[in-house]
Amino acid sequence: MKVKLKVWRQKDRNSPGEFKTYESPALNENMSFLEMLDVVNEELANKGEEPIAFDHDCREGICGTCSCVINGKPHGPHRGVATCQTYMRSFKDGDTIVVEPFRAKAFPIIKDLVVDRKALDRIQFAGGFISVRTGSAPDANSIPVPKENADLAMDAAQCIQCGACVAACKNASAMLFVAAKVSHLGLLPQGQPERYKRVKAMVAQMDAEGFGACTVTGSCEAVCPKEISLDFIARMNRDYAVALLKGDPKPISGGGAG
Amino acid sequence: MATLNSNVPSGPIAQKWEQYKFNTKLINPANKRKYKIIVVGAGLAGSSAAATLAELGYEVHNFVFHDSPRRAHSVAAQGGINAAKNYQNDGDSVRRLFYDTIKGGDFRAREANVHRLAEVSVNIIDQCVAQGVPFAREYGGLLDNRSFGGAQVSRTFYARGQTGQQLLLGAYSALAKMIGAGAVKSYTHAEMLDLVVVDGHAKGIIVRNLQTGEITRHNADAVVLATGGYGNVYNLSTYARGSNATAIWRAYKRGACFGNPCYTQIHPTCIPVSGDYQSKLTLMSESLRNDGRVWVPKKKEDCKKRPQDIPEEDRDYYLERMYSAFGNLAPRDIASRAAKMVCDEGRGIGETGLGVYLDFADAIQRLGESKVRERYGNLFAMYHEITNEDAYRTPMRIYPAVHYTMGGLWVDYNLMSNLPGLFVLGEANFSDHGANRLGASALMQGLSDGYFVLPATISGYLASQNPGKRPKTDHESFKEAEENVQNITKKLLNNKGKRTPASFHKQLGKIMWEYCGMARNKAGLEKGIKEIAALREEYWKNVNVLGGAGEWNQQLENAGRIADFLELGELMCRDALHREESCGGHFREEYQYTKDDPEVQQGLVNPGDVKRRDDAFAYVAAWEYAGSVDKAPILNKEPLVYEEVHMSTRSYK
Ligand SMILES: Cc1cc2nc3c(=O)[nH]c(=O)nc-3n(C[C@H](O)[C@H](O)[C@H](O)COP(=O)(O)OP(=O)(O)OC[C@H]3O[C@@H](n4cnc5c(N)ncnc54)[C@H](O)[C@@H]3O)c2cc1C
Ligand code: FES
Repeated sequence: MKVKLKVWRQKDRNSPGEFKTYESPALNENMSFLEMLDVVNEELANKGEEPIAFDHDCREGICGTCSCVINGKPHGPHRGVATCQTYMRSFKDGDTIVVEPFRAKAFPIIKDLVVDRKALDRIQFAGGFISVRTGSAPDANSIPVPKENADLAMDAAQCIQCGACVAACKNASAMLFVAAKVSHLGLLPQGQPERYKRVKAMVAQMDAEGFGACTVTGSCEAVCPKEISLDFIARMNRDYAVALLKGDPKPISGGGAG
Repeated sequence: MATLNSNVPSGPIAQKWEQYKFNTKLINPANKRKYKIIVVGAGLAGSSAAATLAELGYEVHNFVFHDSPRRAHSVAAQGGINAAKNYQNDGDSVRRLFYDTIKGGDFRAREANVHRLAEVSVNIIDQCVAQGVPFAREYGGLLDNRSFGGAQVSRTFYARGQTGQQLLLGAYSALAKMIGAGAVKSYTHAEMLDLVVVDGHAKGIIVRNLQTGEITRHNADAVVLATGGYGNVYNLSTYARGSNATAIWRAYKRGACFGNPCYTQIHPTCIPVSGDYQSKLTLMSESLRNDGRVWVPKKKEDCKKRPQDIPEEDRDYYLERMYSAFGNLAPRDIASRAAKMVCDEGRGIGETGLGVYLDFADAIQRLGESKVRERYGNLFAMYHEITNEDAYRTPMRIYPAVHYTMGGLWVDYNLMSNLPGLFVLGEANFSDHGANRLGASALMQGLSDGYFVLPATISGYLASQNPGKRPKTDHESFKEAEENVQNITKKLLNNKGKRTPASFHKQLGKIMWEYCGMARNKAGLEKGIKEIAALREEYWKNVNVLGGAGEWNQQLENAGRIADFLELGELMCRDALHREESCGGHFREEYQYTKDDPEVQQGLVNPGDVKRRDDAFAYVAAWEYAGSVDKAPILNKEPLVYEEVHMSTRSYK
């Protein structure tokens, strides 16, 4: 099979970009979408044209690096998979495929299809953790966790931080991402002490990074390669409301008689 | 010659680590912040180390070539992590995990390191659970376990099919807290391209910013490399595409010895190669062998039949037949070689004949489809996406693929290289797995090194360095290293040849797989060495790298990494050539058991199993750079002394 590619090319963060069209060489339908891009790139390079920059690493749907919008959909036509798990058998001979980067104000373009998603890390730095100094943990089986809670926490923890939810949302909101992180930790007994502090800090950082508001259109859930449920957003909203009610903890003066 | 001293503390093995920690020099809290430590890498080893060192009060700078610490290749681990918790009450203990790992490594690992790893394993699980790692649990709320190859107990902890991501998210969250608190400075899209050595000590690195191309110098009191394995020298592997050897290779060229480079692990259960365009091979977790049965047809003529048309009596469940005690859970090296053997006999399945079946029909009948789905659902889904086949209905097709490198930079008991001040953790070092790593033990080692071992051992070195006296970045050694990096970049960009870097990588991969893969022999290795040298020469004449130095340039990044693979590949072949024995993953065709050997007649091993030569090769081969790639590297030997476990024939029958 052969396809025609309409690809976003942009030299760097500050240059304007444009679509360019390329004809693929003969392809095999068992190729992955990224292997198709490899083949196209080798051909471009052999002609002395700069290859299309695209992000990828594990190529098995777990690192969250790959990030193409394919025919208008982040991660392409199928539900529950990442770009790297999209195969050419999903397209037909002669198709035109439009390939763009994940677009959002908080994700500046680095080059072509590669965007900078460090804003998501900064949300994590603000509070996406349980504070436990190395070596201070009790025996792992000392706190049983009901299987249902553990399984639900695991559902949320599957998020691969790819940012497809942001790219799919008309408001470029990062709510599904933050909700997944907040819910994963907030569902476990270990996560309780910092539960409300965490949600407030992460939401504040999300706002500061310029992600939009959530209007619950559900487009995020539809493109999530790990099919993270919208329910987690509702859960986070509840936690956030409680956190606001609780207000900031009063500082208690330290020291002591010693 | 380098000086190799393993620095293993004296005393009974079970007390060495405790005693060591008691004897080691401590640094007072006020002085800790005067020491700056560079940690390169944020996989399980790097992020756990960076977070823990920062908690202790050191100034930590962390570098990754990825856009985020959470994307390190550790994220891709599927199956699980071992620990001697004995929560199943099935007879596990620190001693047993230690023994299994030594035996699994075919008596080519250092005893004291392995014992420490087994001791620390229990603390790792505690730490991870406290961080919120959602390990699988039983209905009563306690942690669940599964079995992995090379063990007869259930000691593997797991989180669905994505244990690596969950453990990494745990370590990343610890790191995130420290970054948020300003205790770790995190550099992302930052690739280390050289190690700076001042007066024989590692004191800094040279880094390229992948977004802007800017080259910068960074000094430190100690440098920690946790940069992962080098299996991508084979081009096709289960590694992430970005995994590479540049950090450790350039450290090697600055004087760090490279331990056992030829020890590579070929994993038995991967999806077979389907075409020349292929960019990576996908692992199907070893955990599948808990319930899946491996077989090929007994008769060659059945190979092209549909598996469901081959009756039970015409199937050869060869692992169960050959290794009855461990069956489908035979260790990786053994299972891989057995697969190769049956395919070489012409009994392989699939289009290429390079494949065997992994069949779940029995498990589905025994447990029900929903239980199998609960255990392995995401792996079956992954298999379906790639092959378009439904493994609930028809057996999976699998074949061995390059998966892990047991070799790496040589380190002593402190995890310090022969270059003082250079520490190496995780898959990047050579230390704990001997000639074959058992499943679920790499995650354990990475976290053991990073959370518990390095934070205790690094103070011994730092105590010997005056606080606040690290060399400045205007030192001559920094200047020279930066020039070296600039020159490599210039050379690649100005070469203007005719071939893409990727085409060389593919070619190198084929040479390595052919001559330094699952089976090796003298003539092949000699040929491989010549072909690699010729390919390297052509590379520097004919490679073409487009674009510029001062921009995002993936071709340039890759070109530098491939240049290093072209040198490392040769060293691997040299190591494999010099090691005239078979052990673990290193199978020299000249050294295997035959039906005439007493061990075969006693039923300990099968004909074709690896034959060690302890009299001549019970040592770590630590190769030292001779100052130029054209000069033969220098071989240093660290003898392996077994005081606890008797070196015996490795039997899984
Ligand atoms: C598909 C797959 C499945 C696996 N499953 C299991 C399993 O179930 N159980 C198990 O125990 N093991 C498993 N393993 C092995 C295990 O995952 C790895 O050995 C381990 O995670 C390596 O961790 P690490 O921290 O040493 O390195 P990595 O996780 O590879 O991290 C390397 C880090 O170094 C950085 N880096 C590298 N070079 C540079 C440079 N030059 N400059 C700057 N930064 C650099 C990278 O950015 C990255 O952060 C699996 C491996 C694979 C391939
Ligand atoms: S490349 Fe890792 S998720 Fe796609």
